[in-house]
Amino acid sequence: MSSSDRDLAAVLARHRYDGTRLVQILRDVMDPTGYISRPTITQVAESLHLPRAHVEGVVGFYAFFSSEPRGRFRVLFSDNITDELAGSQELRQRMLDAFRVDPDEVSRDGLVSIGTTSCTGLCDQGPAMLVNGRAIARLTPARIGAISSLIRGGSPVSDWPANLFTIDSHVMRRDLLLSAPLRPGESLAAAVVRGRQATLAELRASGLRGRGGAGFATATKWEACAQAPGPERYVVCNADEGEPGTFKDRELLTHHAHEVIEGMTVAAFLVGAQRGFIYLRGEYPFLIAPLEAVLAERRALGLLGRAVAGCAELDFDVELHVGAGAYVCGEESALLESLEGKRGIPRNRPPYPVTHGYLGKPTVVNNVETLLAVAHLAKHGGAWFRAAGTPKSAGTKLLSVSGDVARPGIYEVPFGVSIRSVLQDAGAKEPQAVQVGGPSGVLLAAHEFERKLGFEDVPSAGAFMVFDQTRDILAVANNFARFFAHESCGFCTPCRVGTTLGRQLHGAHRARQGIPPRRQGPAARVAAPQEREPLRARHHRRQPRPRRAGEVPPEL
Amino acid sequence: MSDERKTFTLDGQDVEFTEGQTILQAALASGTYVPSLCYHPEFRPHGSCKVCTVKVNGRTTASCTTPATAGDTVELATDDLKDLRKNLVQFLFTEGNHFCPSCEQSGNCQLQAVGYELGVVSGHYNPLFPSRPVDASHPDVLLELNRCILCELCVRASALVDRKHVFSLSGRGITKHLVVNAESGRLADTNLSVEDKAMSVCPVGVILRKRRGFRVPIGERTFDTHTASEIALAGARGPTEDGAP
Ligand SMILES: Cc1cc2nc3c(=O)[nH]c(=O)nc-3n(C[C@H](O)[C@H](O)[C@H](O)COP(=O)(O)O)c2cc1C
Ligand code: SF4
Ligand code: SF4
Ligand code: FES
Ligand code: FES
Repeated sequence: MSSSDRDLAAVLARHRYDGTRLVQILRDVMDPTGYISRPTITQVAESLHLPRAHVEGVVGFYAFFSSEPRGRFRVLFSDNITDELAGSQELRQRMLDAFRVDPDEVSRDGLVSIGTTSCTGLCDQGPAMLVNGRAIARLTPARIGAISSLIRGGSPVSDWPANLFTIDSHVMRRDLLLSAPLRPGESLAAAVVRGRQATLAELRASGLRGRGGAGFATATKWEACAQAPGPERYVVCNADEGEPGTFKDRELLTHHAHEVIEGMTVAAFLVGAQRGFIYLRGEYPFLIAPLEAVLAERRALGLLGRAVAGCAELDFDVELHVGAGAYVCGEESALLESLEGKRGIPRNRPPYPVTHGYLGKPTVVNNVETLLAVAHLAKHGGAWFRAAGTPKSAGTKLLSVSGDVARPGIYEVPFGVSIRSVLQDAGAKEPQAVQVGGPSGVLLAAHEFERKLGFEDVPSAGAFMVFDQTRDILAVANNFARFFAHESCGFCTPCRVGTTLGRQLHGAHRARQGIPPRRQGPAARVAAPQEREPLRARHHRRQPRPRRAGEVPPEL
Repeated sequence: MSDERKTFTLDGQDVEFTEGQTILQAALASGTYVPSLCYHPEFRPHGSCKVCTVKVNGRTTASCTTPATAGDTVELATDDLKDLRKNLVQFLFTEGNHFCPSCEQSGNCQLQAVGYELGVVSGHYNPLFPSRPVDASHPDVLLELNRCILCELCVRASALVDRKHVFSLSGRGITKHLVVNAESGRLADTNLSVEDKAMSVCPVGVILRKRRGFRVPIGERTFDTHTASEIALAGARGPTEDGAP
């Protein structure tokens, strides 16, 4: 048995040879750059008694798994629009030039490959990148230089200076949920004392609606799950936070993890669940160890495990699952597919997850922020929460503010505030437009700044990206078109083909506009790749990379 | 309950249905054609091609996966929806490499037939010309991946009927593609056999028996003599080997 066979056996044993853990297993068997070889796919499939083609399909679905070898250092720049406006494309070009490679190409010595990935959730401290899966924020030319030297030196990323990897926390406004942290177990105790029905009544009275985007009433969802037949139930915390421009869940899981997991435990108490999952996006690997530590601490405190909080009927534990680069896995039914070890393709509904969720069992899926709110209102009661906000949008909302503002970061605001007041708080100078809710949301121009945040007017999962007067809004649209084409799961025709046609149209339009690059100052406008002089011409002649099966030529 | 008459309206006409039927199934049973590609009467509806899109109480949805519900108002043949379906078929032509005049499946192809039914005369959009190598490794079967519309019928048939899992999908978005169950990636190294159900479900010309391509001459094939709607309404789902519905 070779050492790699032994490693594989150890990984599989750690995951109990459980095929539902396929995404986790693949994360553990891939090399640091994400490469999973064809023989490894065969071995994994055989060991798990899964069809090989199924495992190959899963490897092919997630952006962080690669079925082709990469450079020993795999650099992925965050392709978020706010990073782009802060100069990420110039930084990437600088690095491509330094190593004399084209995007996504492996350098001849096999050292490095440089590409892009969708928003890494560090928009308040961009530009950002992932190197072999580890996040580095606040990129500058100097940092790029330092990183390039470290790569040339060849030492593993785990040996790089720790300060490169620090992630800052910018909470700029605190209200109901962020001002007074709860003690572990406090709200769970309150819920148990009050009882199931009375706590559900408080939840209903609170008017809480889901914070993940759709705004579904949390009490309604949980009652439906509680009433679904069968003994097994699941609670899932949706920490996929894939919408570009959103980073509030990152902050909550960094500094409020106890409260979020307490919210999950209250959910388990109310719906009668025994198992829970946190589905953490693969872009946040720096949260894995801290979250595992919080889970361990809660087990030690008797807040997870058997007879939680002294309540004999409450056996509940939580497992962490980590994604592998797929925006669509934030959609709850795709998330469940991924949790079951499959390609993250949304399911046809009905049936809905509350009756047929994880492994076909009743399941509630909720956003991180929703669960945090539950923990607080389980202690303080529904009326306390209802007092803030508007009639149809009770409570407060966490906004992730980024782009052209003096003070990017998290703002907890009561629902009903105007766009303008958020812009003022964040110090936006001459704002031209705001994208609320990420690329899936809406773009509001100056004449709409009196509109109000809330389900009645401008709903939002929390992204708030500001563009000042110097920005080219078509560059924003172009970035979003690229995002959707990259993240389409490819299940249905309109999205699979339409997003690519959209991206090509944008690319062609920009190429033909003939606007000279950097017309508006260094960071203002970045040339689309096809506008630049080809690298080949400048450095050395190189054959174009052969197209991979299924690959479509880039922009026209 | 069973003898209670349940109906929804389809473009203003009452359509009767039985509990458990989808809108598409109820419509076909009542004699109204709904264009479809990934739907196959023997398999659970998939809902991926979206060619069967209708509006239910004003909301756009795939009719093959939406359960028929009493009292619903369903729109099928409005100008908007006809345009949308035509666009989707054009998308599929644009996405693959379809050169019908030289295709063995021409005349037996559901994509082509639905295209005619919807008045598609060209791909309309700039073709994507993907690079999809042909797999001719198998002694009896040719895999012409240039024509795959990713309906997963072969995947479903091989998994659910043949219990072989010969086919699967990999990649995502526009790079999604069919793969076969072999480390070499070659069809010859799978256990596919010509008797498999997966051999007979492809709506286009991907999974082809070698040496049979032109046994039925062009002009006498299923969709040369019948329209897509006639075939769908006959309850059969061409192509059949002898060209009859
Ligand atoms: C494409 C897509 C991506 C989504 N991404 C997320 C996400 O990253 N986080 C999230 O909480 N909800 C996301 N959602 C919404 C979820 O499907 C689901 O509505 C939500 O997790 C429910 O939780 P809530 O009721 O607490 O909001 C997404 C939905 C779609 C359609
Ligand atoms: S598969 Fe159908 S649409 Fe495609 S080339 Fe062949 S006949 Fe034409
Ligand atoms: S090969 Fe045919 S049956 Fe299989 S997915 Fe492609 S088009 Fe559908
Ligand atoms: S995300 Fe699945 S097809 Fe659009
Ligand atoms: S036939 Fe309904 S989506 Fe394909």
